[in-house]
Amino acid sequence: MSASAQLNLLDPTTYPSRRVEAWKYSDLARVLRDAPQVSPTANVGTAGAFDDIADTVVVFANGQSDEASFTAAGKQTLALRFVSDATGTAHSARYDVRVPAGSSVTVVESYEGAGSAYASHVRLTYVVEAGGFLTRIVVADDVADAVSIVDAEITLAAGGKLAQTVVSTGAKLQRIETRLAHYADGADARLDGVYVLNGSRHVDLTTVVDHLAANGTTSQLSKGVARDTSRGVFQGKIIVERGADGTDARMGHHALIAGERAEIDAKPELIIYADDVQCAHGNTVGTLDESALFYMQSRGITEDEARALLTTAFLGEVVDRIEREDIRERVDQWLTDRL
Amino acid sequence: MLKIYNLHASVEDKAILKGLSLEVPAGEVHAIMGPNGAGKSTLGNVIAGRPDYEVTNGSVSWNGVDVLELDPAERAAAGVFLSFQYPVEIPGVPALTFVRTALNAQRRQRGEEEVTAPQFMKLVKEASKSLKMDFDMLKRPLNVGFSGGEKKRMEILQMAVLEPSLLILDETDSGLDIDALRIVSEGVNALRRADRSMLVITHYQRLLDYIKPDRVHVLAGGRIVASGGPELALQLEAEGYDKYLPTAA
Repeated sequence: MSASAQLNLLDPTTYPSRRVEAWKYSDLARVLRDAPQVSPTANVGTAGAFDDIADTVVVFANGQSDEASFTAAGKQTLALRFVSDATGTAHSARYDVRVPAGSSVTVVESYEGAGSAYASHVRLTYVVEAGGFLTRIVVADDVADAVSIVDAEITLAAGGKLAQTVVSTGAKLQRIETRLAHYADGADARLDGVYVLNGSRHVDLTTVVDHLAANGTTSQLSKGVARDTSRGVFQGKIIVERGADGTDARMGHHALIAGERAEIDAKPELIIYADDVQCAHGNTVGTLDESALFYMQSRGITEDEARALLTTAFLGEVVDRIEREDIRERVDQWLTDRL
Repeated sequence: MLKIYNLHASVEDKAILKGLSLEVPAGEVHAIMGPNGAGKSTLGNVIAGRPDYEVTNGSVSWNGVDVLELDPAERAAAGVFLSFQYPVEIPGVPALTFVRTALNAQRRQRGEEEVTAPQFMKLVKEASKSLKMDFDMLKRPLNVGFSGGEKKRMEILQMAVLEPSLLILDETDSGLDIDALRIVSEGVNALRRADRSMLVITHYQRLLDYIKPDRVHVLAGGRIVASGGPELALQLEAEGYDKYLPTAA
C-alpha cells in the first residue's frame, strides 16, 4: 500500500518523510511534526465560485459533510467544495464518485482555505465505468501556511475517459496526487496541471498512471511558474504493464523559474514492460526569454505587464486544453488574478 | 530633435561606441551606414534602452527629454521606436493582443485614455490593408512562424498604430526580397511627417534607393567619421568602407 493511502493526519507515525521515495521532495514528517487537534466544525457562509454552473454542490466544512458518495447519471456537473477554515488543527474528508457507462460528469473540486496553519487531507475515489467520461477540475487555493494533501484514485474501464486539470497556488506543503489505472482496453486520459507559486509556497503534483490493458492513451501536460523562494515539484510516473500493447503515453512538464531562490524538482518516469508502445516525455525548466521581454518593453509594455503576459501565454497552453468553455474561462481568470 | 552627444557605450565591458555625436532635426530622415562591427546596432539598442548595453559617458535626448534616464517602456511612451533587425517571436500572444496592449500601455503612461476595441480594430484594419497584410495573420501569435517579410511588415504595422515620433530602423532590409523591400519601404515612407524623425541603420545603400535620407552618416570605430548628403551613400556603395577603417599601424 502506498504511503499516501496509509496517511492519517491524526497519527504522526503515518507521515511520510523524505526517506519515502515518492515523498522525497515533500517531507511531510518534517513540516507536520506532531499530531494536530481535530478541527472544530465550521460554517460556510458564502457561495462557491462554481455553484452556478453545478447541478449538485457538496460542501465539506473542515472535512465534515452529509454526503459520502455520488453516482452520476446522464450529463451532470458536480461541485465539491472542500472548505478549510481552521487555525492549527487538522481535518480529513473522503468522497467517492461513480461514473456509470454512458454518463458524462464534470467534477469541479475547489480547495478553499481560510484561517491559518491548518492541515487538510482529502481522499477521493473515482470509478469510471465502460464508456463513462469524467472531467475533473481541481482548483487549489489554500492559505500560505497550510498543509494540504489531496489524493485521488481513479480507475478507467474499457473506453472510459478522463480529462483532468489541476490548477494550484501551493501552500506550506501542498500535494495533489492522482493515481490512475487504465484497467481495460481503449481508455483515454488527459492529466494536466498548472501552478503559480509565490513567497515560500510549495506544490507537489504527483501522478502515477498504470496502463494495465491494451490501446490506452495518456496525455499529460503540466506547466508552472515558481517565484521568490517557492518550490514546484512534478513527479510523473507512467507504467506500461506487460500486455498493455498499443499504449500511447506522453508526458510533458515545463516550468519557469522567476526567483533567484525558487526551485523546481521534476521527476518523470516511464516504466515499460510491454512491446509495441509509444511513450515520450519532455521536461524543461527555464526563465522568461529576455529578448522577448525587451522587445515588449521597447513597444511600451511595462516590465511587470510583459512578464505577466508572457507567463499567461506560457501557462495558457494547458488551460486551453479544458474543453468546456465556461470552465476554461473561469480557470483562466483565476490564474490571471494570481499572476 | 534627437541630440546625441559624446556617447560612449559598452557591452560586456567591451567599448563599442566611443564618443558618438549626432543630431537629427524633426522631420528629417538620417541614414547611419558603416562596416560590420562599427556599432550601428548598438546605437539603436542604446537609444531604445536594451539591458546589458551600458552607457559609460555622454547623453541622448529626444525633444529635450533625457532618454537615458527612462526605462525602455517609458522611452517608447516618449515616442522612441526601435524596429528590430530580427523581430522577436512571442508565443501564445496574438499579434492583435500584443499591439493593443502596447498601444494602451503607452497611452496610460502618457495619461491618455485607452482606445476602445472598435477604435483599435479600425486602426489595425487600415494599417494592415495599406501594408497588404492578411488580417487573419494578426490573430496568430506575434511573429511565430512569420516569414522575414511578414515580420518586417508587422514592425511597420506597429509603427503605424503606435505612432512613434522617433523611428530607428535597424537593418530593416535584411532578409527581404525585392518585393517585400518595396512594400516595407512604402510603409516607412508613408510614415514620414514633419514632426517625426527617422534613423535608418543599414549596411547597404540598396534600402536608401527606397527610403531617401536627408543626411547620411558613416559610423566606424564607434564614432561618426563622415557626414554628407544622399550622395555619400552612393559614394560608399562605389568605394566601400575601406578608407574609414582604422589602418594597421
